[in-house]
Amino acid sequence: MSVTVYIPRDTTANALGAEAVVTALNAEAERHGETIEIIRNGSRGMCWLEPLVEIATEQGRIAYGPVTAADIPALIDAGMLGTGTNQPAAAHPLCQGLTEQIPYLKQQQRLTFARAGVTDPLSLDDYRSHQGFEGLTKALALTPQAIVDEIKGSGLRGRGGAAFPAGIKWQTVLDAPISTGQSDQKYIVCNADEGDSGTFADRLVMEADPYMLIEGMCIAGLAVGATQGYIYLRSEYPLAHQVLNQAIETALAAGYLGDNVCNSGRAFNLEVRLGAGAYICGEETSLLESLEGKRGLVRAKPPLPALVGLFGQPTVVNNVLTLAAIPYIIAEGAKAYANYGCGRSRGTLAFQLAGNIKQGGLVELAFGTSLDLLLQQFGNGTASGRPMHAIQVGGPLGAYMPQSQWQTALDYEAFTETGAVLGHGGIVVFDDSVDMLQQARFAMEFCAVESCGKCTPCRIGSTRGVEVIDRLTDPQRQSDQQHQDALELLHDLCDTMEDGSLCAMGGMTPNPVRSALQYFGDDFNHSRQHTSQNSNHNTAGENTDA
Amino acid sequence: MQQASTPSPDHLETARAVLEQHRDNPGALLPILHNLQNQLGFVPPATVPLIAKALQQTIAEIKGVISFYHHFRTTPPGLNQLQICRAEACQARGSQQLEQHAKQRLGIDFHQTTADQEFSLEPVYCLGNCACGPSLRVGDEVIGRVDPQRFDTLIDQLTTHAVEVK
Repeated sequence: MSVTVYIPRDTTANALGAEAVVTALNAEAERHGETIEIIRNGSRGMCWLEPLVEIATEQGRIAYGPVTAADIPALIDAGMLGTGTNQPAAAHPLCQGLTEQIPYLKQQQRLTFARAGVTDPLSLDDYRSHQGFEGLTKALALTPQAIVDEIKGSGLRGRGGAAFPAGIKWQTVLDAPISTGQSDQKYIVCNADEGDSGTFADRLVMEADPYMLIEGMCIAGLAVGATQGYIYLRSEYPLAHQVLNQAIETALAAGYLGDNVCNSGRAFNLEVRLGAGAYICGEETSLLESLEGKRGLVRAKPPLPALVGLFGQPTVVNNVLTLAAIPYIIAEGAKAYANYGCGRSRGTLAFQLAGNIKQGGLVELAFGTSLDLLLQQFGNGTASGRPMHAIQVGGPLGAYMPQSQWQTALDYEAFTETGAVLGHGGIVVFDDSVDMLQQARFAMEFCAVESCGKCTPCRIGSTRGVEVIDRLTDPQRQSDQQHQDALELLHDLCDTMEDGSLCAMGGMTPNPVRSALQYFGDDFNHSRQHTSQNSNHNTAGENTDA
Repeated sequence: MQQASTPSPDHLETARAVLEQHRDNPGALLPILHNLQNQLGFVPPATVPLIAKALQQTIAEIKGVISFYHHFRTTPPGLNQLQICRAEACQARGSQQLEQHAKQRLGIDFHQTTADQEFSLEPVYCLGNCACGPSLRVGDEVIGRVDPQRFDTLIDQLTTHAVEVK
C-alpha cells in the first residue's frame, strides 16, 4: 500500500533543506521497497519545525520536524512510514505527534489560514473539497451592493498596515463614476509587495493557498464592477511568483477566471506583475506608478486611488491578506467573521513571530490577545536563549517596544495608544545583545536607501539622521553639550520628517528612532562611554570614512 | 564596463523580440526590463534607445526607471548572484556578522562583482524567511540560518561547480 507523505514546497521549508529531504526520502523508501507518494503541500506556518514531514495515517497526519535529509534513514528504521494505529516512530525525538494536536497549531483561530499546509496549493480538487470557491459561488448570486454590504458588516480593515475599512473603500470604487476616466475600466490591485521585515504571511498565502487570493480578487471584481486585476508581487519572492502563475493558469482553464467566470457571463482577468526591489512600492500610490511602468514616486492624495487609481481609473488597492479574508466572509457571512476580535478590530490577524525567537512562525488569532502571551506561549522565548529585550512590531516603520509595553492588547487602537504600530502583524524579537543606537541608525539608513525621493525631509532628512546618530558615537564629539546638541537635532529632524513627508516612509521612520531613544536611552549613553569598542564591533567597514 | 557600453547585436536582437512581446500591454516597461534582465543578466545601456522608441518615451525616462529600482542592473553580473538580507529580523539573528564575513571572504563590497566574475554581492531588504534568518539568496534559491561557516561551505560548492562547468 502506498504511503502518502507531505513535504512543504515553501520558501522557508526549502531554505532549510526540504528539497534534499524529498530526494533522500525517495531514495530511502526505494531501498526499503516502500511505495510512497510525496505531496508538496504548503507550509503550516510552524517555521521552527520546517522542514515538517507529515505521514498520512489512520488517525490523521503524524508530523516529524525539523527533518533534515540526514535524519531520513533513522526515521524510516524507526517506522515512520507505518500507517497503522500504533505509531511505530512515536518514540523518535523528531516525532511531534498528530499535526492537528500540536499546541502551536491547535491554539490558533485559523480562518484565512485554515487550508495552509493541509492542501496541495495547486490542486483545484483539494481547494474545492476544503470550502474553496464557496464564497465566489455565493457572490455570483448577489448584487454588487450586497457583496459590499457583507464586507462592511464584517468590519474587515485593510491588513497591509493602514487598517482602513475595506468595505468603505469598495463602496467608493463601486460608486465611482467611470465616465471621468479615459476608459470604462475599473481595477482590482493586490498589493503583494510584502517588504516589511518580519512579515511573511502574504508569501504564505500565495505559496500555500493561491486560489484563495484569486477567489478573493474575483469577488472584489464582482463587487465593484472591475474586470481586470493585477497582483503586484515583489521580485524577492520567486517561488510565490511561480505558484501564482501556475494557479492563475489552472483557474483560467477551469473557468474561474476569464471572460465568463463560472458561466455567469461576467469577466475577471488576472495578471501577476513583478516589482523590482523597491520597498516604497508597497505604498499604494507608488505601487500604482510602478504598475504603470514608471518610477515608484509617491502620489499626493487626494485624489484617492479609489477614484483616480491605476491608469487614472477607479481602483481597489488591497493587501493580500485583506483579499484572502474575503472568501471566508462571503461564504460564512459577515457576522461569522465579526464575531472574532475586539473593539473596532474585527476578525483575525495573522501574527508573524520572527527574528530572535525560538518558535518562529505564523499565528492566526482573533484580535485582543496580549503581545506577551504571543511571545511566551507561542514564541517560547528567544532562539539564542538570552532574555528578550526589544520587540519591533509592524515592520521597519514600527516602534521598538520595551518590556513595559508587552502587555499591550493586539488590536489596532491599543497599539496606537502606546505610540506603536500593529501594522501587518509582523513581530521581530531582539535579545539583550542588541545595540538600540545601531537600530535607530539602521532605521534612518534604510529610509535613505528606500526613499522615493519626492519629499525632501524623507530623502535628505534620513541621510542627515544617519550622520547625527554617528555624531553620538564620534570620539571627537563627546562633551555633554555636543551630545545634547546632537540628540536635540535628532528629535527636531524626526519632527520634520513626520510633518513634511507625504507617505509613511518619511512620516513613520521616526517611530523606531524615537522609541529607541525613549525606551532604550542607555544604549545611546553606553555607546558614548565605550565609543571605541562599540563602533569597532558594530560598524566595522561601514564607518571608516566617518 | 567596456563590455556594457558596446552595443552587442545579440543584445539588440533580444531587446527587439522582448519589445515585440510586451509593447502593447498597459504599463509594459517593468515587464520589458524584467524579461531583458532574465535573458541577459542585465539591461544593456545600448538597448535603452530601442525601448524608449518602442514605448514612445524619452531615453531619460527609461533610464530614470532603470535607476530607480534596485533590482535592475546595467552591468553584467557575476556567475552567481548573492543577496544577503540586511533587514531587522535577520539582524536579530546575526546578519551583520554574516555581511562582514561575506565581504571579507569574497573581497568585495555590496554592489560589486569579484574579479574572476564568479560572484556578485547585493544587499536585500527581506526575503520573507524572517523566522529562520539570517537569509541569503543565490539565484532563485533562498537559504536560511546562514552563519559564516555555512556561507564558506556554500561558496566552496559554488566555486567548485563553476570550475567543473568550464
